[in-house]
Amino acid sequence: MHQSPSTDYVIPRPPLAGRILSSAPVSILIYLLVIGFIIYTAYDGSRAMGYNWQWYRMPQYLWTITDEGFQWGEIAFGLVKTLQLSVLAFALALGLGLLVALLRLSGLLVGSAVARVFLEIVRNTPLLVLLYLFYYVLGPIFELDRYAASILCLGVYHAALISEIFRAAINSVAPGQWEGAASIGMSKAQAYRYIVLPQSVRFMLPPMTGEMVNMVKSSAIVSVIAVAELTTMGRNIISDSYMSFEVWFTIAAVYLVVTLTLSFGVSLIERHYALK
Amino acid sequence: MAYQPVFANEVMTGGNPIIQAESLDKFYGSFQALDNINMSVHSGERVVICGPSGSGKSTLIRCFNALEHHSAGKLVVDGIEVYEGSKQIRKLRQEVGMVFQQFNLFPHLTVLENLTIGPMRVRKVPRAEAEANAHRYLERVHIPEQADKYPSQLSGGQQQRVAIARSLCMESRIMLFDEPTSALDPEMINEVLDVMVGLADTGMTMVCVTHEMGFARKVADTMIFMDGGQIIETAPPEKFFTQPESERCRAFLEQILEH
Repeated sequence: MHQSPSTDYVIPRPPLAGRILSSAPVSILIYLLVIGFIIYTAYDGSRAMGYNWQWYRMPQYLWTITDEGFQWGEIAFGLVKTLQLSVLAFALALGLGLLVALLRLSGLLVGSAVARVFLEIVRNTPLLVLLYLFYYVLGPIFELDRYAASILCLGVYHAALISEIFRAAINSVAPGQWEGAASIGMSKAQAYRYIVLPQSVRFMLPPMTGEMVNMVKSSAIVSVIAVAELTTMGRNIISDSYMSFEVWFTIAAVYLVVTLTLSFGVSLIERHYALK
Repeated sequence: MAYQPVFANEVMTGGNPIIQAESLDKFYGSFQALDNINMSVHSGERVVICGPSGSGKSTLIRCFNALEHHSAGKLVVDGIEVYEGSKQIRKLRQEVGMVFQQFNLFPHLTVLENLTIGPMRVRKVPRAEAEANAHRYLERVHIPEQADKYPSQLSGGQQQRVAIARSLCMESRIMLFDEPTSALDPEMINEVLDVMVGLADTGMTMVCVTHEMGFARKVADTMIFMDGGQIIETAPPEKFFTQPESERCRAFLEQILEH
């Protein structure tokens, strides 16, 4: 193609190598090569160890269509349980997290001390140990079944993380907003509700998405106390079928679909809360 | 009635003061921001406070609606004694409007919502009435057409006028202005000052911290000069601008009136 500068000054272009590397077709090609390499090594490795792939046996665990009609499989039931667990635990974590954040910000010495102690204890205990504490210690004391213990444990654990998200987001709102609210006679509670919290949503959505995704993922840990969620289902299926590769790939993919859907959904909400 | 010090403005307007400060002190740690402040403001009076930065003038008017709390002394505003932890502070703030240097509008609400949220949530005024009032006050600050915009879509001068309207919507009896034009581009200062002059004409009690001496000359009943946390001089504007008594006040006026 013939090109001649139409003006006296030509904007310098980035170097050729950079332009080629960042062009769309080359990027896609590199991406496909990397993914292909990973899949190939996995396949090659499994062949070397003589693994017998039986993907054709997988669909029945997702759903079956028999003479009796359509039926969901074990993995689908596990997924529903995982989602139930995550939603309930997240609701608990949101409420408790907001409470802890408000206590921490209250300016009351007792309030902020209680909040800090809660935060440090929960944050510095491994999730697995926390789960054992809830199930084996608090469980018998308060007559919690494994499902309730799981929800409480996940809720409390994530409440600590979420309270920090709330606190950071609330602190990100300009101090003048408190004064503006106070100057028209609002109480602290009204200032929180009508002025500060609505503005802090914008700051908390990105990290909160991360927490939602983390919640779904960390809910897998309750499989150690045999709550019948997605990961437990995976283990059960393997003990029946010995298809560990297929099952774990499938379970991982199901988690991925859930978490990606979550992220995408929140990015839509984020657009709604963007600065006007 | 106990003896009370007589101030220049008291002679002028008579009656009980709507703001009465007696020996106010304010400390930030060991720094003394206010030092034995005695002053009073009467209903309908316009007071302009000026002074170099750090002289305590903003701190003083922030004490008037309890955004800051004085450390010692007595402060009575609109019949309510102001002190830290008083249950009356919210009631006080409904009567005392405040306009900030940085506007402090609520960016997530439209102009109309900025104006109605106070009356609706604090004064429990029905929505229709609150909105009618809001439109009336927007008219008064000359921006009736901006009701459905967000603050960030307005110029600085327009935002400050919305902030004034927001205070007016609370039907405040006293308006405090904390350097309302200091954050504005020069060409927007006058549109805000015009609104403030219009407000003064309605007989509103106003206390303004400002360096706009043209405005002060036009509307002030009383000028107060502060320096180092103290009130150095209190005088009616004609005397204040022509024959200030203190050397510090004279030097300050020379500096800001020079250009």
